[in-house]
Amino acid sequence: MRSPVIAQPPEEVSGSKRLAYRYRRHLGERFIETLLFLMAFASVAITIAIVAMLVKESFIFFEHVSLWDFLTDTQWTPLFDDAHYGILPLVSGTVVSSAVALLVAIPLGTITAIYLSEFAPFGVREAAKPFLELLGGVPTVVYGYFALLFVTPLLQKILPELPGFSLLSAGLVMGIMIIPYVSSMAEDAMRAVPMNLREGSYAMGATRFQTAIRVVMPAAFSGIAAAYILGISRAVGETMVVAVAAGMQPNLTWNPMEPAATITAYIVQVSLGDLPHGSIGYQTIFAAGLTLLLLTLTFNIIGHFLRKRYREVY
Amino acid sequence: MREDKGLSEIRNIIARHKLWDLIFMIIGVLALMIAVLTFMALFSHMLIEGLPRLSWDFFTSFPSRRPGSAGILSAWVGTTLVMLVTAVAAVPMGIGAGIYLEEYAPKNLITEIIEINVTNLAGVPSIIYGLLALGLFVHQLGFGQSILSAGLALALLILPVVIVATREAIRAIPVVIREGAYALGATKWQTVSDHLLPYSAAGILTGVIIGLARAIGETAPIITIGALTFIAFLPPSPVQPEFPFLSFEWLMAPFTVMPIQMFNWISRPEEAFQVNAAAAGLVLVVMTLTMNALAIYLRYRMRKNIKW
Amino acid sequence: MVENPDEGHAPLVEANTARYKSEVRSLSFYYGAFSALKNINMKLHEKQVTALIGPSGCGKSTFLRCFNRMHDLYPGNRYVGEIILYPDNVNILSRDVDPIEVRMRISMVFQKPNPFPKSIYENVAYGLRVRGIRQRAILDEKVEEALRDAALWDEVKDRLNQLAFNLSGGQQQRLCIARALATDPEILLFDEPTSALDPIATASIEELITDLKDKVTILIVTHNMQQAARVSDYTAYMYLGELIEFDVTDTIFIKPKNKQTEDYITGRFG
Repeated sequence: MRSPVIAQPPEEVSGSKRLAYRYRRHLGERFIETLLFLMAFASVAITIAIVAMLVKESFIFFEHVSLWDFLTDTQWTPLFDDAHYGILPLVSGTVVSSAVALLVAIPLGTITAIYLSEFAPFGVREAAKPFLELLGGVPTVVYGYFALLFVTPLLQKILPELPGFSLLSAGLVMGIMIIPYVSSMAEDAMRAVPMNLREGSYAMGATRFQTAIRVVMPAAFSGIAAAYILGISRAVGETMVVAVAAGMQPNLTWNPMEPAATITAYIVQVSLGDLPHGSIGYQTIFAAGLTLLLLTLTFNIIGHFLRKRYREVY
Repeated sequence: MREDKGLSEIRNIIARHKLWDLIFMIIGVLALMIAVLTFMALFSHMLIEGLPRLSWDFFTSFPSRRPGSAGILSAWVGTTLVMLVTAVAAVPMGIGAGIYLEEYAPKNLITEIIEINVTNLAGVPSIIYGLLALGLFVHQLGFGQSILSAGLALALLILPVVIVATREAIRAIPVVIREGAYALGATKWQTVSDHLLPYSAAGILTGVIIGLARAIGETAPIITIGALTFIAFLPPSPVQPEFPFLSFEWLMAPFTVMPIQMFNWISRPEEAFQVNAAAAGLVLVVMTLTMNALAIYLRYRMRKNIKW
Repeated sequence: MVENPDEGHAPLVEANTARYKSEVRSLSFYYGAFSALKNINMKLHEKQVTALIGPSGCGKSTFLRCFNRMHDLYPGNRYVGEIILYPDNVNILSRDVDPIEVRMRISMVFQKPNPFPKSIYENVAYGLRVRGIRQRAILDEKVEEALRDAALWDEVKDRLNQLAFNLSGGQQQRLCIARALATDPEILLFDEPTSALDPIATASIEELITDLKDKVTILIVTHNMQQAARVSDYTAYMYLGELIEFDVTDTIFIKPKNKQTEDYITGRFG
């Protein structure tokens, strides 16, 4: 063994100096970590702020209006002299437009996902996926324009009695808008099914369709279900398409051929007017917003849970 | 026991089942075509209606009561300024949060809460962010119905997008890179700033572009804030001729943005305004699609070039 | 290794039985431009166990998967040559033959147990359902028979409706064997069926394979030479995509004719 010449520092750094350097370095690291933590925690702060804001204003609202009236009154006319505060008409509009949208988005989204995951040749898939992504990037107000000025006139040729604003055309366009959302998530779930399951099925002499329906879909069930649930959440929270194409008049109806306001469209309608801060009209949109948040939150939590499950399986 | 079905019977069964393959194949292509055709219809309808209206004047004129001379000057300037605020607020916050969650966060309850929360925030309808901004920024903090309020509202909206993109980009970097840096005596932050951030820059950029493209098209939260739709003036310029040359007055200025302008024109009964709406929509769609296409292209190149 | 592959198996056979189930004629296989199998000639004896051995990457699994045309699932794969299936004398690699038809006649058990996310019953019934059989009585009977043949019936008869994932690894693999047996295949392919299992489960699968040869012709890929010696009647040694030697198992293990085979068998390989 030779003497450790190289290991010796050329100039002896005194212990305290070295410590000071390390301390400074340590302090800097701690500062950065704290800063980054605060940035991450900001997202929680935002959630708290959202909930606090909605609850606070809704609380004032519910001092004027009983929860019972809110849930059972069949009229929503907060800005009239004879004010009624029943959320049902808004809920019915939301439910009907979402139902129409989902009747379009779930079958078409599922078929598209199965096709892309199990049937499509490589080239088609490579071309279709970015295209669908682009489709999801079109601003919603543009879809609203499309629903009002293209789809509605088109539908009126088939259904002459269809009014200019209707839940039907808003729902249809919303459904097409949600297809990429549903299909990409469902496809991800199906692609996560390991290849050896498919091989097992093909080795039994199954066709593509049989393999897709009998093996891949059941295996990807929770992921596909999550795609549906998050699609529902998306439809319920969608604003501009319904605000533009379904009209903004609250209307307790289950008929998609009628115009009606959704929860979101109502918020838009009130915001377009000039409501004084602190008035009961101002508070109604927060009560409506709280209802909407609770609805979508429920769906999102279920969807999140389901998605986590399929990730755990494979 | 063994009853041989005979090959011909097997072949019949196969032929029948293969028919289903074919039928589904056709249904699948049709389903895909519905999406494609809808987009084509949407785009061409706007192109036919709106393209003749697009002229230099359209970009340099204020909105007007006369549809023929109305333009989108205040709208695109407003959009640009709002996006500036959004980017400045959301990008550092989102990247910081992403780095924290991916590299620093200990496995504990708080981290768990933050993670679940980010996922949930991504699913909150955009109009709810509008309500938050209305209550918090416009009234509580007194920012008013300003560019600042709108920019911050949209920043909150796209924050989850940036966070998720950052996390995914950083997660894709293999552990050996980190170990290599640590082995040379780098601190955590040095590892992050010298290695992880530069290597994941393209992925993060993709996320930022997608987020901003979404923010440009968002209408509902800005309506909720109470943005005026008829703005025939520009906000004060950020650059001033006199000392201190920079001014932040524009942050507090009233404004309009592209989607609001379009929404306003859609709601007018006169058909001539709907032509304006088509033209504004065309500009908007081209803007967002270009950004999305850029992001998709960036991601594609990244996948091709980087093979860890 | 430029030995004529024919030389290896020229003097063989005719020992136990003269009946062949299948014959491979100058089979080559390509993944794109890569030639994975080179001019293989071999005969599969009916109701006998034939083992494929050789170092990893020698093409034995690739060869096995030619028999049920699994390579058709992925683009860029190409077969040259023939695999003739007797008694009807059909070349199963021919373009005119539907791979699905081939897979209905020739079943396969995979390296890792791959039960479907369904009940035990539905897993076994899968092949029958794929063939369009719906009558409950037939399904019940076939499922029970297959599970008995796979020596699994007694363990699962009371929980046929439970999810197959809940079974142990060895049970899952026997379930996959039952699934493959339920459709009365003519040949059963095994692709290293015990490589993911513990020794006890391995022993039970090996025993099962020996029992099954009364019913079906078996082709098994194994990386374990002792396993080949224990279960097979014939053994083929492959190296770098070529069939080096093919003979009665005892001959291969006791008196191989080829130097390369001998080196591999005695562990002097490499």
